[in-house]
Amino acid sequence: MEYFLKGHTACAGCACALTMRHVLETLGPETIVVNSTGCMEIVSTPYPRNNWGVPYVHSLFENAASVAGGVSRALKKTGKKGRVICLGGDGGTYDIGFGALSGAMERNEDVLFVCYDNEAYANTGLQRSGATPFAAATTTSPREVGGKGEWKKNLTFIAAAHAIPYAASASIAFLPDLKAKLQKAASIKGFKFIDVQSPCNLAWKIPSNKSIETARLAVDCGLWNLFEIENGAFKLSRPIGTKPVQDYLKAQGRFAGVTAEQVAAIDKHARETKAELEKLEKAGLNFARFL
Amino acid sequence: MKDIIEGSIAVALAVARCKPQVVPAYPITPSTHIPQELSRIQPEYGYDFVPVESEFAAISTAIGASAAGARTFTATSSQGLLLMHEALFNAAGMRLPIVMCVANRSVSAPLNIWNDWQDSISQRDAGWIQLYCKNNQEAVDTAIQAFKIAETADLPVMVCFDGFYLTHELLPLDMPSQGEVDAFLPPRVAKDVLDVEKPGALGCYAMPADYQDFRKELDEAVRLSSSVITKTAAEFGKKFKRGQTALIEEYANDKPVALVTMGSLAEQSEMIADEGLAGVVRIKCFRPFPSAEIARALQGKKKVVIIEKDCCPGAGGALAAEVKAALKDAGSGAEVIGIIAGLGGRDVTLETLRKAVAEGSDGAWM
Repeated sequence: MEYFLKGHTACAGCACALTMRHVLETLGPETIVVNSTGCMEIVSTPYPRNNWGVPYVHSLFENAASVAGGVSRALKKTGKKGRVICLGGDGGTYDIGFGALSGAMERNEDVLFVCYDNEAYANTGLQRSGATPFAAATTTSPREVGGKGEWKKNLTFIAAAHAIPYAASASIAFLPDLKAKLQKAASIKGFKFIDVQSPCNLAWKIPSNKSIETARLAVDCGLWNLFEIENGAFKLSRPIGTKPVQDYLKAQGRFAGVTAEQVAAIDKHARETKAELEKLEKAGLNFARFL
Repeated sequence: MKDIIEGSIAVALAVARCKPQVVPAYPITPSTHIPQELSRIQPEYGYDFVPVESEFAAISTAIGASAAGARTFTATSSQGLLLMHEALFNAAGMRLPIVMCVANRSVSAPLNIWNDWQDSISQRDAGWIQLYCKNNQEAVDTAIQAFKIAETADLPVMVCFDGFYLTHELLPLDMPSQGEVDAFLPPRVAKDVLDVEKPGALGCYAMPADYQDFRKELDEAVRLSSSVITKTAAEFGKKFKRGQTALIEEYANDKPVALVTMGSLAEQSEMIADEGLAGVVRIKCFRPFPSAEIARALQGKKKVVIIEKDCCPGAGGALAAEVKAALKDAGSGAEVIGIIAGLGGRDVTLETLRKAVAEGSDGAWM
């Protein structure tokens, strides 16, 4: 059954809408959605329309994790059914909503938080976010200034450092992996965090039929790594990709005009990240014990 | 039998007896004793006390809990209320019956922890019902009524009482028992809330063709809530055998001069009335603003002196502006004098009030 229904107004090729669809299809009808302000909110609930086949609430941009905690606790106190999931874009998750997210993780609220991460403030017109990758051009980190000068915030690790029971990265291009992670997260009590890389055709400047291919390239080039951190234990979900990073960069207009130095830095970053993540997995360090 | 009990503790106990289900809160002076007490007595009453990371998270958690059908309560003051600002509008727009106690305190800068009303007055346009209590008995009684008002009118309610003057004051109070509260306040009957059996959406986004109608409905709901407030106060008064003020209270209001004020300032003002200098009209309900009742109470006055602990910089006191508008609409010929006093805990003594009545000029600070 589908619970993110047809008729929404998302752009053609929108991977975030696909993420919504697959998240809900996997989690089923006993789900209650708390949505932060953002693309998926705007495209799904222009009054009097409602695209959600499950109960849905949207409050503000930066408070979704707090609202979700409130819903979850209310269900327990009133004895009602329902699994609470929180859906936020990278703006509402990495940046403006981070305080609420951190608080909810610290209290280990019984909530599954799924970030549909399109690496920009897409809804307001493709501005830079904490999730925008290094060197990507956005409307507030334009090519004229060299694109974004900083690296993407490592939010899944930050989430895991809260000692929540489950944190994972996923990609809309790797559906069986995404669904397995959602199912596992749904079976765990407490706070679960999944960051799903979901391309935005406008922000990434890719054709509407290339969303999934581009997301796949991110993983194949080692620039978006799939892993999970369950009860503090880090595990790669698949071997880290080793394709040349140029394959990924060239496919997207947001990287058009990157310098050779930037490409070299991205390549170095990808290779070093691969080495570190492999070491980390092998070492068997426990994230929940770093206090 | 009366209990000698601190204002905050009394309000916390009254709230606990209203059987809230989710109580998120963040401490801030002078409201802190309310969440502390609610945390301490949580095991006895069984609600879920949520010690969140900010006031913004407190009101947001309350929004989620209320949207899911739970009875919810929080308390705050000053900067905490200002931090909630965005979510206050949201809660009212979503018509969520959240009850919040505001222990009134000044706002920064400069930093100051003492009492005035700038915090809640600055939130007057959020769409919440605002009730200002005169003493702790009224704060206790109003907190209990607030749940019924909120859940009847589908609106959030702020129960405001003066920080320190009331929150930290110990006086004998009639504490309603659990049985009495139960007889007055049934469990919340939640409609249109998050329910997997009946999926629906809350918090939509509205285009120009619809948006204004939602805001108009909110305005009408807040206006019409005066009848809910009045009815609830009457019912409470009858059940608890204690007279209740719903919208305004008049005290010795048979003189040509009237002193208009809110909150605990009313008690000092009554002493001035006892000296024969002026009658007192206390505004308990600031939102909805009881213009008709105020105009009626001030009909035929020669002079109306409004004393308030708030200021809209560049425009004067909020209460004075609204009372003036109400009087003008009613065609009153009274001389109307708005005075700002007592900001950041500055003493408003009987002498201040005597001077205000005798020689205060409009727009003066005392």
